Formats: sequence, structure tokens, C-alpha cells
Amino acid sequence: MNTKDIYREIINEHNLHPSHKGEINDPSYELDGVNPSCGDKIKLQFKIDENGIIEDAVFSGSGCAVSQASCDIMLDLVIGKTRDEAEKITEAFMRMIKGEASEEELEILEEAEALADIAHMPARVKCAVLGWRTMEKILKENRRETL
Amino acid sequence: MTNVFKNDFEILHDDKYIYFDNAATTQRPRQVINAVSEFYRTINSNPLRGLYKWSVESTQAYENSRRKIAEFIGAKDASEIIFTRNSTESLNLIAYSWGLNNIKKGDNITVTILEHHSNLLPWQMVSKVTGASLTYIECSPDGEISDEEIISRIPSNTKLVSAAEVSNVLGVRLPIEKISKRAHKVGAVMVVDGAQSAPHIPIDVKALGADFFVFSGHKIMAPMGIGVLYGKSELLEAMPPFLHGGEMIESVSRYDAVYAPVPEKFEAGTVNAAGAVGLAAAIDYIKSIGFDTISQREENLCRLLIEGIKTIPYAEYYGSKSAETHSGIVTFNIEGCHPHDVASILDTENICIRAGQHCAQPLHEHLGIPASARASMYFYNDESEVERFIEALKKVRSWLGYEH
Ligand SMILES: Cc1ncc(COP(=O)(O)O)c(C=O)c1O
Repeated sequence: MNTKDIYREIINEHNLHPSHKGEINDPSYELDGVNPSCGDKIKLQFKIDENGIIEDAVFSGSGCAVSQASCDIMLDLVIGKTRDEAEKITEAFMRMIKGEASEEELEILEEAEALADIAHMPARVKCAVLGWRTMEKILKENRRETL
Repeated sequence: MTNVFKNDFEILHDDKYIYFDNAATTQRPRQVINAVSEFYRTINSNPLRGLYKWSVESTQAYENSRRKIAEFIGAKDASEIIFTRNSTESLNLIAYSWGLNNIKKGDNITVTILEHHSNLLPWQMVSKVTGASLTYIECSPDGEISDEEIISRIPSNTKLVSAAEVSNVLGVRLPIEKISKRAHKVGAVMVVDGAQSAPHIPIDVKALGADFFVFSGHKIMAPMGIGVLYGKSELLEAMPPFLHGGEMIESVSRYDAVYAPVPEKFEAGTVNAAGAVGLAAAIDYIKSIGFDTISQREENLCRLLIEGIKTIPYAEYYGSKSAETHSGIVTFNIEGCHPHDVASILDTENICIRAGQHCAQPLHEHLGIPASARASMYFYNDESEVERFIEALKKVRSWLGYEH
């Protein structure tokens, strides 16, 4: 897909009409992410229940269409999943952006797979991974100890 | 290709691409590329080191470049020209070598809010290490600096003032003469960052009142990796070296060394002689075009581009309303479209622009804009390119999913 198609087919919709943009009152976790190359700032808020299931998640803040859309698609994918599943999806996404993802990994990425072509826009990779890196931090840093 | 100003620039011969990122780096004409290649093909040797013909010739070529640069910016003597990698290195040299040795707690350093990070971070460093204060001269939204601002932000305890002659974001020229006059009145040293002025206007360090002046070769059509630091002899002579090593000494014993006189004292290690030769060729080239022609063409293109932006309902540009004070630079935004997306979309139309904060975060904050897109033109750009650019810009919102 060329750049204009990527915008037309997936980025624009999620950027202009995001499903998960907003704030929630009682998040279990929240974290800011910054893209130093453009100064974009996003905030992620996650509500995770005692079984480790992501009940709800939202993002807020300003940014380019690529980072906003990528974030919205990411939240679409992880809401309702467990932390472990979300981590797996994140790993798959990061590998996809590097052009290294396997068939199975691409499958679990569902709509996010459309962002694979961002790999051909090296200048925009940081934008595409901003939300994902921030989510990764939330999941890793707040991991409960298990035996 | 109908534009004769592109003749010497092979990279621009393919009219497919519109290169509007000249403030980041310019293109190089064949004369510069040939000069560099000729150096390597015919006299390549380590200047200052050997006693044979090639080495003598490469040394001469290197020193001729130094003289040419001295003359280009109105220095008194060639020894006032130090070769560096770029403006950033030149500014760091001043900060480490002059700043850390002459500024102390209780002193003040003044910069302007328009500075590029390269003329900001070195002074933040000196301020942090020495405990000196760091003060900003602020500007109006169109980049104007008032006399009151200059007077009040350069208090009597100021030891150093550093300012860009031309802003890399707004393209506006700063009132350097007034700033240096005030700096000298309080006994401060004046540093002028000429990275964005040297490509566009004649430089006279004396008229500017610059004690130090820096610029980058790559922004005036010379190779990357060659830059200039001008410093007044008295200052350079009193300063300790910045880097220590080969070729900057008179004699070395086990525990001590006597340094070479300026400029060698500041040029440790093998120098970029081919780069210096390329810079001299670039200066010849710029003179052959002439600064009058350069500014005329830039003004005309800026005027057209600004007029074009004004016809686009969702677009706004920053800085002065008059094209003469833009130095080829027009920074803008399209409502609802992040500058990074604008740049990516224009890239699909083979238009090269810059987007982000252009290494000037404090200025963007001051102007109240998170980020911006920047089209920066040079004399070899032309009207048809501006027209194509405006046509593409008109469509950006629809490409990004808006109905209007
Ligand atoms: C005003 C100004 N100062 C300093 C610099 C730094 O130049 P360089 O990257 O060549 O060191 C730039 C480059 O963009 C600039 O525009």
C-alpha cells in the first residue's frame, strides 16, 4: 500500500473518529508517552480487573494521525483481553513494524496489520509505536508477582 | 528543466522532486562536488604533516580556504577562522573554552527565544555548571524584538549574549547590531549564530558587532562536516584549547605541552581539508550568483508562497506578513492536520519539506503551537515549484480524510 492508501484506508477513519479517545475517572493505571521527534504527547488510561482482564482503556492527548490511529486500533484489540494477551499482541506489533512478524503474529494483529506498511515510512515508525510502547510500559511495570 | 539556476545542481535536474528543505541543508553545485573530488584525485595528503609536494599543496589549499572565508565574512585576519564540523561544534567550542573559563556564579548569559537548540543547549550547560543565570530575550508573534526587551534582558552582570542572525523557524532577521551594542555596553561578549544568515545575506562580522560568529558549510552549498568559527584574535588567543591531540602543539614533554598558536590550537587531529576546499568553492559559487539575486529570487518565491497559503482556508503561516523578512522560509500549519502527516502526504507528491519543531522547542512553546511544517526555499527553486506545492497543499485536508 502506498502512503495515501494507508491514510485513506485505515488511518483517517481512526484519527478523525476514534472509538477510544477520552478519559475515565477511576483508571487502575495511567501513563504519558512522548514522541521526542514531534513533541506529541498521549495519555493512556487502563482499567484492569482482579483477573488481569483489561475492562476498559482510553487515550487522550494530541498527535499526528499515525500515532492517534495506531493507538485507537491498539485499544480496539486489547480491550477485553488479559494482560498476557495484550503483551503478546504488543510483541507481535513491534515485530511487524520491523518487518519480522510471522504469519500467526500477523493474524492476532487483525486490523493493526494494515499498519505493517508503516515499515516503509521509517520517519513515521516512532509515531506508530508511541501508544504501543506506552502500553507495554504500563503492562510491564505493573505486573503482579506470581509464583 | 527550464530554470537555469538548476543547471549546476544535478540532483535537481529531475523536475519530479521539489526540494523545499533548504534550511536543513542546501544542495551542492557541480563546482563544489568537483572541487572536493579534485582534492582527493590530485593532491590528497594529510595537510600540515608532510614535507613533500602533495602535502604542501593540500596545506596551501586548506589555508587558501581559510583566507577566502576570512574575506567572505570580513574577518581581520585568516587566523581568526577556525575550521569545525558545523555550527553546533563551533558553539560548543565557545561554550566549553570561553564560557566555562570566563563565566561564574552571579553572572548572566542571555539568549533569545528564537534560538535553535544548538545555540541553547551549550548555554544551558554553561549555566548549570557555573551557576550563572540564563535569560531570554522574547519576541512578538511575528518575530520582532523590541529595544526594551534587549535592554531589560541584558542586565549589567551579563557576560555573554548569543543570538541567531536569522531564525530557522520564522526566517526573520534579528536586530543583531542593537543586541551586540547593548552586550558590549555591559561588557559582555557577543556570539552570533549565522547558520541561517550566511546562505542568504552578506556577512560583515565587524558591522554585526560579533565577537564570535559561526556557520555551517552544508547550509551554503558546501559539503557536510565542515563548519566555521570566527573569533576575535584577542579572545581566541586567551582561550584554552577545546580538543587536545595531534597538530595543535608546539612541543610536548612527558607531563606538559606548549600549544600551537591560533588557529591550529583549536584544530586538533586530522582536519577536513577536502571539506574546507569544498567550502571555498561554495563561496566562489555564491559570489558568482550574487546575494542580490539570491534575495530577489527568495523574496519573490516567498511572496508567491505566502499568497498561495492565504488562499487556502484552513492554512495559516507564521512570522512576518512581508515576504522580504522570511529568508526563503515559510513555516505553516493546516488546521486539523498534524505537520508530520502533512509532510508524509506531500512526500507522496515528491515534495520535500520539514515538519516538527525544527530544533526550536522553546520557540514553538512561546508561539503557542505544538509543531509546524516548514517550506524553505533557495535561489534555485522556482515559481512552478511553488505553484505545484500550493496545489498539493490545497488537497492535503482531503487526503487526510476531511470533506473540506
Ligand atoms: C539557526 C541554526 N543554528 C544552528 C544550527 C545547527 O547547524 P548544524 O546542524 O550544521 O550544526 C542550525 C541548523 O539547522 C540552525 O538553523
